[in-house]
Amino acid sequence: MSEPEESWWDVDAGPIVRSFARTGGRTRPTRDEFNLITLIIATNTDTARHGLEPEHIMILRMCTGAPLSVAEIAARLDMPATVAKVLLGDLLDMGAIHTRAPIALAEAPEIHVLQAVLDGIRRL
Amino acid sequence: MEFAGSEPYPGTGSLPTAVKILIAGGFGAGKTTMVGAVSEISPLQTEEVITQTSEGVDDLSGVEGKTTTTVAMDFGRITISQDLVLYLFGTPGQNRFWFMWDELALGALGAIVLADTRRIEDSFPAVDYFEHRGTSFVVAVNRFDGASDYDVEEVRYALDLDTHVPVVMCDARSRESSKLVLVTLLEHAMASRMAAVR
Ligand SMILES: Nc1nc2c(ncn2[C@@H]2O[C@H](COP(=O)(O)OP(=O)(O)O)[C@@H](O)[C@H]2O)c(=O)[nH]1
Ligand SMILES: [Mg+2]
Repeated sequence: MSEPEESWWDVDAGPIVRSFARTGGRTRPTRDEFNLITLIIATNTDTARHGLEPEHIMILRMCTGAPLSVAEIAARLDMPATVAKVLLGDLLDMGAIHTRAPIALAEAPEIHVLQAVLDGIRRL
Repeated sequence: MEFAGSEPYPGTGSLPTAVKILIAGGFGAGKTTMVGAVSEISPLQTEEVITQTSEGVDDLSGVEGKTTTTVAMDFGRITISQDLVLYLFGTPGQNRFWFMWDELALGALGAIVLADTRRIEDSFPAVDYFEHRGTSFVVAVNRFDGASDYDVEEVRYALDLDTHVPVVMCDARSRESSKLVLVTLLEHAMASRMAAVR
């Protein structure tokens, strides 16, 4: 095919083009290990030897000290969550982050979790 | 969910776990307002870009026709304890966003359907969805100034709700009122859960 593969990008797709550029043009699908509320914290790994993009470094900075969810990271980077997940996958591969998956996504919520949240809301 | 030691976050063992509650409703029902009323951070926005392959689309480039839709959701956060963080997601109420509800509803503690009595029909898709999925939900009627006052039973009738589904009046701008809606939802979810266990 003579047309470049990206030719379906139209004016409306502007932000997507930008985001894909930021992930080095990779469009691999969302990795299963990240949900919107998976919590992320930076490890103290020496990241100097890895080829980090500015966005990787921004993520590590914002996840130092206190954990952030994938949704918060994506919002702060102003990128779709699917794109943030690709960057987070890179960081996970190099051991630069720890992740905590949300509780038992496939199951009905546990009573003790509901109770803990209820108590927390009442305390607000 | 024990706390593993004094070192901050040495591994995943001491990271808190996140849970979520959805706030669904039609455009302008007050979802963002409610998220903002109880969240410890100003509501943030996350967007998902959905690419769908479309058939029969006039496509000059010769590649497969694709359309992209960007769906934005607002969300906020409430730190419940050292071990638990609650996220609240305001989700668009239209049926065509079911694909996002699926990711969001998975593992949700429950959902609030925010109803605006001036456009009560905007709540139908969300009510149908959560009923069908078996997600615990409550209907919160956001009272807008000048809206004709429906009472709780009229809303229950209009939405054809099961008798066990709580319906509450609220003011999404008020922190206390929004907290009360969350409390109602959590109590309802606990009751449903205990009934299922028994
Ligand atoms: N008078 C009144 N206005 C409200 C109330 N809740 C929300 N609003 C306003 O209604 C508009 C739409 O609310 P928003 O939260 O953005 O709705 P969303 O589309 O569901 O997120 C905003 O201008 C709010 O300030 C309410 O309880 N009373
Ligand atoms: Mg909104």
